[in-house]
Amino acid sequence: MIQLTINGEAREVDSADDTPLLWVLRDELNLTGTKFGCGRAVCGACTVHIDGAATRACVTPAKALEGRAITTIEGATDAVAAAVKQAWVELDVAQCGYCQPGQVMATIALLRVTPAPDEAGIDAALSGNLCRCGAYPRIRAAVKRAAALLAAG
Amino acid sequence: MKRRTFLILAGVAGGGLLIGCANPDRVRARADLRPAPGGQIAMNGWIKLAPDGSVTVVMSKSEMGQGVHTGLLMLVAEELDCAWSSLRMEDAPIEAFYGNLVAFAENVPFREDEHGAVANGMRWMMARLGRELGFMMTGASSSLRDLWLPMRHAAAAARASLVAAVAGHWQCAPAEVQLQDGRFSVADGRAMDFAAAVSHLGAQPAPLGEVTLKSPAEFRLIGQPVPRLEAAAKVAGSARFGIDVRPPGLCYAALRFAPVRGGRVKTFDASKASRLPGVLGVVKCEPEHGGTGAVAVVASGWWRARQALAALEITWDDGPLAGRSTTDLMQTLTEALAEDEGHAFWQVGDADAVLAGSTRQVAADYRAPWLAHTPMEPMNCTVEYRGEAATVWAPTQVPGFARRAAARVLDLAEDKVALEVTYLGGGFGRRLEVDFVAQAATIARAFPGRPVQTLWSREDDVQHDFYRPACVAQCRAALAEDGRIAAWQLKSAGQSIAPGYGPRTAGIPLLGPDKTTAEGAFDVAYAFPAVSVRHAAVELPLPVGFWRAVGHSHQAFFTECFLDECAQAAGADPLAYRLQLLAAEPAQRAVLQLVADKAGWGTPLTPAADGARVARGLALHRCFGSTVAQVAEVSLGEGGLIRVHRVVCAIDCGLAVNPNLIAQQMESAVVYGLSAALHGQIDFDTGRVAQGNFHDYPALRLGECPQIETHIVPSAAPPGGVGEPGLPPIAPAVANALFALTGQRRRSLPLQIPA
Ligand code: FES
Ligand code: FES
Repeated sequence: MIQLTINGEAREVDSADDTPLLWVLRDELNLTGTKFGCGRAVCGACTVHIDGAATRACVTPAKALEGRAITTIEGATDAVAAAVKQAWVELDVAQCGYCQPGQVMATIALLRVTPAPDEAGIDAALSGNLCRCGAYPRIRAAVKRAAALLAAG
Repeated sequence: MKRRTFLILAGVAGGGLLIGCANPDRVRARADLRPAPGGQIAMNGWIKLAPDGSVTVVMSKSEMGQGVHTGLLMLVAEELDCAWSSLRMEDAPIEAFYGNLVAFAENVPFREDEHGAVANGMRWMMARLGRELGFMMTGASSSLRDLWLPMRHAAAAARASLVAAVAGHWQCAPAEVQLQDGRFSVADGRAMDFAAAVSHLGAQPAPLGEVTLKSPAEFRLIGQPVPRLEAAAKVAGSARFGIDVRPPGLCYAALRFAPVRGGRVKTFDASKASRLPGVLGVVKCEPEHGGTGAVAVVASGWWRARQALAALEITWDDGPLAGRSTTDLMQTLTEALAEDEGHAFWQVGDADAVLAGSTRQVAADYRAPWLAHTPMEPMNCTVEYRGEAATVWAPTQVPGFARRAAARVLDLAEDKVALEVTYLGGGFGRRLEVDFVAQAATIARAFPGRPVQTLWSREDDVQHDFYRPACVAQCRAALAEDGRIAAWQLKSAGQSIAPGYGPRTAGIPLLGPDKTTAEGAFDVAYAFPAVSVRHAAVELPLPVGFWRAVGHSHQAFFTECFLDECAQAAGADPLAYRLQLLAAEPAQRAVLQLVADKAGWGTPLTPAADGARVARGLALHRCFGSTVAQVAEVSLGEGGLIRVHRVVCAIDCGLAVNPNLIAQQMESAVVYGLSAALHGQIDFDTGRVAQGNFHDYPALRLGECPQIETHIVPSAAPPGGVGEPGLPPIAPAVANALFALTGQRRRSLPLQIPA
């Protein structure tokens, strides 16, 4: 049994100890917002927060996360998350949308630490999140828009 | 290759040709196609009205990121004048009525301006077959073109019925009734909402005669940057893709594929794997519909299934690709280029003779590699087999073919298989195939009563794709005294897609010259006094498929780069040189002129942040009913790193239905095209695909993404396609910029500058 705290709730799952968090979320807990894209930490589709930090759920064993705070896209609801989602919708960022939960989670983690990132900061924080549809120009603009929304309170 | 043979379709799976119903517009008005529960009234095959005033649009196209649901609902809301918020959607049933006519009719190996008896006969036959066969398909940048009139007609007819009903109730003339945003009114102040109007309609609205469509001047919605319907759901993580389907009792399948594409399982021993915790069963999968053979492990979770794969003991039959490597496969192409005269797709005058007599020749050889699609959502399909019937959840571009494949594997009549199309996490042509659907059905058949989700790893996806065919080309031009092109010759060699795709997916033979091999070379807008564009079709035991922009994706690279070489040889500016070749094509000139103006063609460029020189490259291409020109600004970083700073796009796509979605598709096509132009290459190493995931088959990352701007040429012509036309020009625009920067031509994709 693995005991986890996900989106503020205590959850218990009967998964093998080496099971990556991604598959616990998707297959055991039906939290399907977190996506599978590569399985080897090179695409960012599975980005979640562990104690607030952007983390690749596909290569992080769930067992290692006992006692840590796990947040998925479904639980991203604070002021920063709301600003990011608002900016994403305003600028119509999503195309197929498959990578977007990961993009949003990476951006929330960035803005929590760096409320007004510059171009280089955005590139560095988000270059690990692939988008095959090419939403990048709008992602860049939406990160700035979210930062502006947060600055305006 | 058989010369002068043409695309012939015959022996349609599912029982011959359905002759009759010749008038497509009448066929398209059938109200009996949709069940209308709960007091709904089916107005025609496209629109149902409900007592609560909601409008349900029957959706026959898959949403894979291109925004098609939003675009099509705009057409309905425009002509129906209902409130945007009253619109709902439901999946179209799989019926010939919803077949894609445009993509079908367009698939002829002739230039648009060729109107001989053979060309016109072919067009007529294809259009007719398209109507009669009715293949449902989202692709070929065709959705809006396909439904531009039918959807608007359907909505306008529904509007006329409602107006007539309201006028009858108010006892006034229909012309006196105003309708805007779902509210009916007359001059004396009486008003009524949509729900009330529907209640006056009666269960069986009288069929209407001719309806009048709005003129562009009357459009309120068409032409506006309407935001996407599903934007919030996609940001919240609640949009449901194929991989997110979770019927009760779901179990999961992971696969171990034959290591060589197209190989199959010879023997396997599942005894160890079957004993592992959580494992429910092991199933052998034959290579169906062009796929690769595999052994599936089904377990309570995908991770368990995947972990158990290692315990399988399998011997493989490598199949016909065994031992083949990139070098010898490419060798086959170059030999065909030299030895096979190929099919002449475009011939004007005697280009050979002009070249032979010319003292001013330009010659260059080009090549493009095989490419994988790698949509962000890996291949998956969920099937519940219940013995007498089945349900399939598939992220597919071809619901009819997908259902047929599942029904065949499950030994069920097609109408016993319900198929739901989920959101697609990207398609790009990969989801025009049904290998993964048949495979999922094979696996689910072993678990009656229990839904099974079959999911591929990224490695499975990269190594068992239907690749964009590699292509080699030999380009020759003769220049006249004044530097103008006197003869243009382009000959290419590569695999054809249609002869494989027809049988494996559609269940029909597609014979004759495959237009997609040479499209982008034979249908260009430039005028040359003498032309020869030929393609030699090569057969290789390697499945190839439709990849975004298909033949245009590489032929535009050859054509637009070689044209730049001719301009250079003539000592001419690349823009002026192209304009001069387009003297008879004012619409093409307008696109070029717009991109040149917006990009500041000919003006000095500021160096990059690190002081590196920046240069521009230009390319123009027309395809799928639209024309796009792009100017790329490029510099070189450390170690020859190619950096694209800015891409300016100009597009003429006819009437711009939704400028927001058009700009988005330009951005999308540039990024997808740059991924291929800078990084994309699939190699074969003794039969195996050498790449496996995004670390060795890289896609463009945010930090590499240029600034992209889109400018739309105003037009009142019917809409052209937008999903693909932005892709072909980007590789040549960047390659031409690299020449401007380095003085050296890069004639092979992906583009690389040695350190
Ligand atoms: S799925 Fe985790 S980084 Fe790609
Ligand atoms: S929106 Fe499709 S992969 Fe990013």
